[in-house]
Formats: sequence, structure tokens, C-alpha cells
Amino acid sequence: MARSEHTAYAYLRTTKKFPNIWCAGCGIGIVMGALIRAIDRIGLDKDDVALVSGIGCSGRMPVYMDFNTLHTTHGRALAFATGLKLAQPKLHVIVVMGDGDALAIGGNHFIHAARRNIDLTAIVINNSIYGMTGGQYSPTTPLESRTATAPYGHVEPPFPICELSIAAGATFVARSTVYHAIELDKLIEKAIRKVGFSVVEAVSYCHTTYGRMNKLGSSVDMMRMLKDHSVTLAAAEKLMPEERAMKIVRGVLHDVEKPDYITLYQQVIERAKATIDGKEFLRAGPGGLE
Amino acid sequence: MTVRLMQGNEAVGWGAIAAGCRFYAGYPITPSTEIAEMLSRELPKLGGIFIQMEDEIASLAACIGASVGGLKAMTATSGPGFSLMQEHIGYAAMAEVPCVIVDVQRLGPSTGQPTSPSQGDVMQARWGTHGDHPIIVLYPTSVSEAFDLTVTAFNFAEKYRTPVILLLDEVVGHMRERFESPPLEEIQVIDRMGTDVPPEWYKPFGDTISDVPPMPSFGSGYRYHITGLYHDPMGYPTQRLDEINPWIERVHRKINNHLEDILLYREENVEDANVVIVAYGATARSARHAMKLARQHRHHVGLVTLYTIWPFPEEMIQRVARIARRIVVPEMNLGQLALEVERLVGRHKVIRVNRADGEMISPQMILDALEGA
Ligand SMILES: Cc1ncc(C[n+]2csc(CCOP(=O)(O)OP(=O)(O)O)c2C)c(N)n1
Ligand code: SF4
Ligand SMILES: [Mg+2]
Repeated sequence: MARSEHTAYAYLRTTKKFPNIWCAGCGIGIVMGALIRAIDRIGLDKDDVALVSGIGCSGRMPVYMDFNTLHTTHGRALAFATGLKLAQPKLHVIVVMGDGDALAIGGNHFIHAARRNIDLTAIVINNSIYGMTGGQYSPTTPLESRTATAPYGHVEPPFPICELSIAAGATFVARSTVYHAIELDKLIEKAIRKVGFSVVEAVSYCHTTYGRMNKLGSSVDMMRMLKDHSVTLAAAEKLMPEERAMKIVRGVLHDVEKPDYITLYQQVIERAKATIDGKEFLRAGPGGLE
Repeated sequence: MTVRLMQGNEAVGWGAIAAGCRFYAGYPITPSTEIAEMLSRELPKLGGIFIQMEDEIASLAACIGASVGGLKAMTATSGPGFSLMQEHIGYAAMAEVPCVIVDVQRLGPSTGQPTSPSQGDVMQARWGTHGDHPIIVLYPTSVSEAFDLTVTAFNFAEKYRTPVILLLDEVVGHMRERFESPPLEEIQVIDRMGTDVPPEWYKPFGDTISDVPPMPSFGSGYRYHITGLYHDPMGYPTQRLDEINPWIERVHRKINNHLEDILLYREENVEDANVVIVAYGATARSARHAMKLARQHRHHVGLVTLYTIWPFPEEMIQRVARIARRIVVPEMNLGQLALEVERLVGRHKVIRVNRADGEMISPQMILDALEGA
């Protein structure tokens, strides 16, 4: 197949932005591929998709893709996306974040976006480390691992991203890994289709920093670990709790129906409009009311 | 024309509505909260959106997102929240996203004195975010000016694709005054420039005659990239010096080439003045009273009220300094804008009048300074 015939080609900014900045073998590109396949399958018009990201290796994804793309500040992508979605409800707003981006500096925005149930699709690329800044520990770094800022071993427990999302109020929560690329695109597709705050945790790895510091081998070795250490939800249910705790559980972990924020705010607008006609209101201005 | 009693913060809200603001995101903080409360009530009547975010960082982020989506957006806060917003003020300057940030100042630093007036954020409004960047900062002295300058803030934001900061003194925000309501249809409103070039020709950060590139909203068929990184005319990150330098020059030019439009001030009795008071905000009202009293005693005192404090009106101040022997700069801080005046006219010509304890500067304090001038 010629390069230009590949599905992804139509969605990439091929003329300007390549090669990309990611290390050879990084998992972030696989998430990008999965996202493209999901969007292509749903058949979204490129004009109707906005990709918002924070800062980090993961946050660099939107620049390569031919959508409305907003590369924001570290941790705050969901807050920018909230304003954009409210202004342009017809846009499918997809937010790509790293684990540090989404859960450390952006943790507050993350739980509040979930609580508000605003119709955004949040993709958290969890490589358990701050990749871009060179391998410092993140809120998902496993206990006892070595990082650039935990040279004697890490003593903080990690956040479970999906469980946190469910507790905070997300309506759709799923997890897969970059080894399971096809499964990942199916989950992202479901998340985009869902109206409400949906989260997909894409478990990845950073062989350049975390892998090197913890002697975990090459990207291929780390990819194999994702395969060996993960199970589907169905398989996980057959495991003993201790066994299950050791595994990355893949699949749709949570899917509920709840009115989303925009639908509810529409009710606010209707109630407010019932009090006065908008044109009359503007004509009267600040002097003539109440 | 109807006349009513209006509070300064309320007037800001009305000014925003008149200017076409249809998005407000904020976090409650004294002495700015009335703006949020007022807009939570009024904006939805027009189909506009009010949202209370989880903090001030998120509030300005949401405003920028909404502006990218095509809505005119505003947030309001006070010192502690203004400090939190600094990163995103820089983002808005870098990404050239129109938005209005209102800071109803309190006495700082830190939590300080929430209900006491202060003009302590003058330098923070100019330099609070990191890096060189242009910014416009407006400063009303009364309730009706709070309305007018809010409209102007939106107009400048849209016209120049820039964040605009509106600084209010607590006393102006909370004061109730006579307000002559202008018919809203007579208010001049400027909207950002759109484009009709084919999408493939559009350059979101390209050169234009005015140095302000057109800005279609996301979702309108123009797909482009916005980033806080230095970027090329297409919006893509760049490290090339031949792309970084033209960007820096253009964004400064877009403000500096339009100073006649942007610099707002009022001169009174300057022509024959021996001494000129340069003041802003509520302090300018004490200064006007002091000027009147001084002139009753045949002292040739003039007054310049600054409505635009950034960019600083350098040429006007230099011209005034050629007429007057002394310049008196009263401020509710320990001397912030006085630094600018001193830089332009020399320290020997400037008499500072300062207090930063949450009390206003009285006309008498200024009169005392005029005595010594
Ligand atoms: C306010 C702020 N603090 C810190 C940084 C520096 N910084 C850039 S990326 C990053 C962490 C990235 O880690 P993560 O979010 O997990 O993304 P990854 O690079 O691993 O994909 C940090 C701390 C920044 N850009 N802004
Ligand atoms: S540093 Fe790690 S996360 Fe970043 S591109 Fe390289 S491998 Fe990927
Ligand atoms: Mg990471």
C-alpha cells in the first residue's frame, strides 16, 4: 500500500510537521494511530474535531494531526477544553494528556471535569513517569521504582486513574495498553461516541527514562511486559483479588447514563430566558431593568 | 437615557454584556465577586454562559478556550487569583487570544486585606507573567468609566488579538454612583477580524498590514494549530531564529504602532501648570479635588488622569514634564507607576505620594505634597 493510501495519511499534517519529536519505539505514536482509526471509523469530519492537549511528550500529539488543535499549558488542558466545548458544542473535543499532566498539576481540573460530566473525551497516556522532563516520578509511578527524583526508590503509592475517574463522576471509563492497539482504538471510539465525560487510560511506557533507570530493557521488552501483565476484564474476574491487583485490567470498566453539563446548562438558559425576552433585555440595558 | 444607582462591579458586568461578552468563567473572591454573581444571573438570559470553575487558573483557561471557540470571554478576580492567572495571561499573549481579565485589587501581598483598596497590582499587571510580551491595562476612576472601559477592554482585545487587563480599585468596584445608562445600540462594539480566504491559504499567525492576523474560530472550517510555544506563521512550534524574532517584533508592533488608539488619558489644566499630578483609579479623584483646592489658591496645578496605564504613555508624560516643574504621583502602593514617570523625566522632578495600608490617599496628602513642590 502506498504511503498516501494509509488511513492515517488523511489525518496527519504530513507536509510540515514530520518527523515527530518522540523517541524511536515510544508508545505515544500508537495511541495517535488508535485515535485516528477511531475517528475514521466514526466518520467525523476533520472540521468537527478539536484536539486539546497539555504539556509533555503526550501533549505534543495534536500538532501532528489535521484537526482544530490547541496545545495548552501543563495540566490545564481540560479547563481550556471546557471553555472550547461550551462555546462550540458541536465540536468533538478530545483531550490528550500525560499522567503527570492529567493527575499531578492537572489533578484538580481532572476530577472537576469528571464531576461536572462535561462532554469531553479524555485520553490519558500513562507511562508512569514524566517523560518530557527526563524521568522524574509522577502520580502513577509504582512504589519502589527508581526515577530521576527517586534515586533511592519511590515511596509514594500511585493513583489508579480509572478508579479515580469513576469516583469523580466520569460516565465512561476504559483502559487498554499500547500493545493492544486495536482494542485501544475500539475503546477510544466508544469514548468519543459517549456523551458525557469519558476517560480512556492508555497504558504506555517510557523506555528512554523509566525503562533505563529500572533496567527494563528496550521498548520491545516493555511492550512485551504490557502484554504479559495485562488481562481483559472478563479474565480478571476469574482471578483472586491478590492476583488481579498485580494486573493491568483492560476493557470498559464503567459506562453509565447521566445528563451531561451542556444539556443541564441549556436548562439554565431556558429558565433565565423565561424571565425576559433577550432583545427587550438588551434594548433596556443596564438602566431599564429590575 | 435612564439614570440609576449602580455599583462599579455591576457596571463591569453590564459593560461586558454591552461589548458582546457571552462567556464568563471565574472563581469567587472578594472584592470582585459581584461581577460573577451578576453575570451568572444575566448572561443566560442572552444564551450566554457562566461557569464557576475550580480555581482561577482554570477560569482563565476556560475563557481562552471559549474565545478560541468564537465567544467573547471574561474573568474577574482579585490579588490571590490574579497571581494564579499569570501563566495563562502569558499564554493568551503568546497565542494571541482575545480575552478580558478584571482584577479588583485588594491590599496584598497574599490574602492581605480583602476589603481594603490598594493599587498594588500595577506592576504585576504589566510583568506578572514570565517573558517579554505586550499587554494592555485599563484603569477606571468611577462607576460609569468602569462600564465604558470594560467595553473598551473588549474592543481592544478583539481588535488587537490580545489579553486586556482591567484594574479596578476596591472602592471603585464596591462604590455605588449615579449611572447614566447609554442606549446599548449606540455603544461601539468591535469584533475580531475573520477571514474568507480558502482554508488552505489561511495563516493564523501570518503578517498583515495591521500586524493583527484574522482569527476564525475553531469549528468554522479553518483547522489550525495554537500553542504556547514559539511558533511559525502557521502556528507550528519553531526554534528558528528567523521565525522567533519576527513574531516578537510583530506582536510588539501590533500594540506600539497603535498607541494613538490605545493610550487613553485626560489632561486638565496642564497648559499653565507648574505642577502636574499624574494619577489613576480612585486616587485620581482625590487628585482632582486637590487640584481644585490648589487652584482656588491660585496655584497652577494640573492633572493627568491615566485610563491606559500599560503601555505607558511615554510621549505625553515627557511633554507634560516640559511644561511642569514638578510631577506629583500619588498611588495606593509604595511607588509603582512613579518608577515609570521617574524613568522618563528624572527622579529629581518627581514627588511620590504613597500609602499601602488599605486607606485611600486623601486630597490633603496630595495638597501637602503640592506645598513642597
Ligand atoms: C507549570 C509547568 N510546570 C512544569 C513544567 C515542566 N514539565 C513539562 S512536561 C512535564 C511532565 C510531563 O509528564 P507527563 O505529563 O506524564 O507527560 P509525558 O511527557 O510523560 O508524556 C513537566 C513537569 C511545565 N511545562 N509547566
Ligand atoms: S521520553 Fe519517553 S515518553 Fe517521551 S518520547 Fe521518549 S520514550 Fe516517549
Ligand atoms: Mg508521563
